[in-house]
Amino acid sequence: SCACRLSYSAANMSSYFFVIVAPGDKPVYSEDFRFGTSGREESMHMSEFIVHAALDHVDDTVWRTGSMNLRVVDKFNDSFVSAYVTPSNVRLMLMHSARNEDSIRNFFTEVHELYAKALMSPFYSPGEPIKSAVFQQRVQAIAKRHFG
Amino acid sequence: MSARSIYDRPLRRPRQEVSLSSFAFLFSEFIQYSQKRIQTIPELEEKLREAGERVGVRVLELCTLRERATKRETRILGILSFITTVVWRSLFGRQAEALEKSAETDDEYMISEREPLFVKSISVPKDLGHLSCASFTAGIVKGVLDHSGFPARVTAHHVPTDAQPLRTTILVKFDEDVMERERSLA
Repeated sequence: SCACRLSYSAANMSSYFFVIVAPGDKPVYSEDFRFGTSGREESMHMSEFIVHAALDHVDDTVWRTGSMNLRVVDKFNDSFVSAYVTPSNVRLMLMHSARNEDSIRNFFTEVHELYAKALMSPFYSPGEPIKSAVFQQRVQAIAKRHFG
Repeated sequence: MSARSIYDRPLRRPRQEVSLSSFAFLFSEFIQYSQKRIQTIPELEEKLREAGERVGVRVLELCTLRERATKRETRILGILSFITTVVWRSLFGRQAEALEKSAETDDEYMISEREPLFVKSISVPKDLGHLSCASFTAGIVKGVLDHSGFPARVTAHHVPTDAQPLRTTILVKFDEDVMERERSLA
């Protein structure tokens, strides 16, 4: 029997699952954002699975367009996955229920700048996980600004 | 009270230049440091390239954000153009002198510099032969190419002429994967 049970409550309009993945599928950062509501549609494992599956779609798209913001690249039930690729091919992936394209684009752009700053540290190598608490605070602040 | 972190520093600042002498001093120390840890000239060039690569990936992200570009490069000419104009201007204050495609093979390109910045104040003793400290610059180019999805072999060659004793060519040879993709996108 399936160990993973999904409960489809009414669409949860303010939950987001955000992941930064470096080339080679290396996990750099992940964060759950929930604003104003409790409970989520999918379990954490499911969210990771959905985002990981969406990475293949990003790989397909990445050479056919010069945009960094790829917008929605995949759907799963009531969830969408949006993607943004930086010049050094780092993927910003966001799983979301609400389709607020402008907010998502602005979120991606600001997190991209934040990532660039993290990259500037000589003690950080591309592909490594980002563990800074300050980075986490800033990502949360950016999410709150655009999705809260 | 909050300490200033790397995240507080602005990404975009008014034109910021570092004194060439400071950089030359740092660069010469780096070369001397590396010299104690290698046995052969190619190893020294490799160390310089590795150091350059670490700069390359950072310069790639930083220059794109500072130019407020919303595009990524997906074609060879695009990324080489980005390197010889945007990256060069950011690092050296001017564009590269020339970008050429090899006549013999379709996977080779050459970036030429009459007088590379780093190399001006370095004198290479005869026993170090063909060493080009522009290997550091080659490393920067390689860092940009590898991380933007255009892996390549990048090497620096000192090609002096009477008129230009410091003339240097950076040779870029793209991996076969890149050429295949480039052909399929054409």
